[in-house]
Amino acid sequence: MLQLQKLTKRYPTGDLALSDVDLEIPKGQVLALIGPSGAGKSTLIRSINRLVEPTSGVAILDGENLTTLNAGNLRKARRRMGMIFQEYALVERLSVMENVLSGQLGYVGFWRSFLRKFPQSTIDEAFRLLERVGLEHMADKRADQLSGGQRQRVGIARALIQDPKLLLVDEPTASLDPKTSRQIMRLICELCDERGLSAIINIHDVALAKMFVPRVIGLKLGKMVFDGGPDDLTPDVLTDIYGEEDWEATIEKVDDEDEETA
Amino acid sequence: MAIKQTTDGTKVWARRNTKEQITNWIMWLVGTAIFMYCWQGISSETDWDFFWDAPEIAADIGSRAMPPKWGYITTLWVPLWDTLNIATMGTVLSLVMAIPIAFLAARNTTPDKYIIRNLALLIIVSSRSINSLIWALLLVAIIGPGVFAGLVAISLRSIGFCAKLLYEAIEEIDEKQVEAITATGASRWQVMVFGILPQIMPALAGITVFRWDINIRESTVLGLVGAGGIGLQMQGSLNILAWPQVSLILLVILIAVLVSEWVSAKVRGAII
Repeated sequence: MLQLQKLTKRYPTGDLALSDVDLEIPKGQVLALIGPSGAGKSTLIRSINRLVEPTSGVAILDGENLTTLNAGNLRKARRRMGMIFQEYALVERLSVMENVLSGQLGYVGFWRSFLRKFPQSTIDEAFRLLERVGLEHMADKRADQLSGGQRQRVGIARALIQDPKLLLVDEPTASLDPKTSRQIMRLICELCDERGLSAIINIHDVALAKMFVPRVIGLKLGKMVFDGGPDDLTPDVLTDIYGEEDWEATIEKVDDEDEETA
Repeated sequence: MAIKQTTDGTKVWARRNTKEQITNWIMWLVGTAIFMYCWQGISSETDWDFFWDAPEIAADIGSRAMPPKWGYITTLWVPLWDTLNIATMGTVLSLVMAIPIAFLAARNTTPDKYIIRNLALLIIVSSRSINSLIWALLLVAIIGPGVFAGLVAISLRSIGFCAKLLYEAIEEIDEKQVEAITATGASRWQVMVFGILPQIMPALAGITVFRWDINIRESTVLGLVGAGGIGLQMQGSLNILAWPQVSLILLVILIAVLVSEWVSAKVRGAII
């Protein structure tokens, strides 16, 4: 459903962040994008919804070429791509409910959104999603009163209320503790499964990626250097992506105790 | 920093080395000489006869101004109300103009970094470079004396102040929140309302009450050039040497300013 063909991004500074990336993601597939800092992971997902304008190449979502859309059609296309951010990127001074509803901005007119007059069906859906992520009692709290894990749940609800076909997830767990990280990853993967969503998850925690996703892409200096299942991530492959390190010691299976709590 | 090693190997540290030390002394010498020269100039230009009897004259005016003419307060209520209106309406009017200008001037929201941004900055600078008393002088000549001239003078002077502080606040917003709203497919205006406005609200409210507080003080003198308010009474009383009235007006202004400071401190405290 998503195809990237020779997607390339060169920043005005001359840095080549993405170089001829070819990738095809079938419907419902969740994949992890790993690679060292500066490998172009963030640039890759931002080139898809054009928060970063790719220099060349195409990205096709459900047969529609995203790279050539005009401003109005790009907005319509963005509604089908939910995005989840590293530091949650909630609007801190708005309430949890307003943050969730902001995912619907692409569907409502300016005055309705300005006056916060969202359709009742949208509000019903927002409550359903808040309940699904376990925050139904937090709807009226201001976003800056929440803990990290709670904020990321709001971020997930905001992405899902867009009714997206694809999730672009940028380091969802980088600011969270190990336990919350796993809960958030599990939640994202479960929701993708429930709704048949495809997702690209940037993540630098290789062990976490191996635990949750069926397919891993390795990016190094803007180039795709690995595409395979989690079990194909051998120490040799990791050395190729990240450089020399004692991988046997660092990616040991993390033990699975006390994970069931909410 | 100067570190010297003596013959027995001890390291001696001093804040400045010899060269820096001499430069420092010379700078002080030149500075003192310039100050003395200017002092001498001022001194020779001053008519010291007027200076030496200043305490006497001040005491004389003071004794005539005391006690304030309390009954005069009945004529001050209306001009005081005018002053308050000039300050409040002037602040509101200036915000109406300052908010769009701030968005045009902020690097991250301006539609055009060169022509439009510089135009907005030019408006900000020219508004700020002219004192409200001068604005009032011009406006009294253009639209005639009265409260309206004062109101416009206050608002023109405030545009630059409010727009400058506001555009700096806009430039300091967290771009990730804006990015997140953009990614939902929101329009440019929706991004402004959901992504930017909540982030600058505290700054906007703070700037507004701060400027309102300043405007109360500025509008008390606008009457001196005929732009309405309590300054008009002040000038009238000064002209006829009615010192007890002047002292009452000064007292009323003092109280008004105290009250406005108290209000703005309360409002700012409530927002932050």
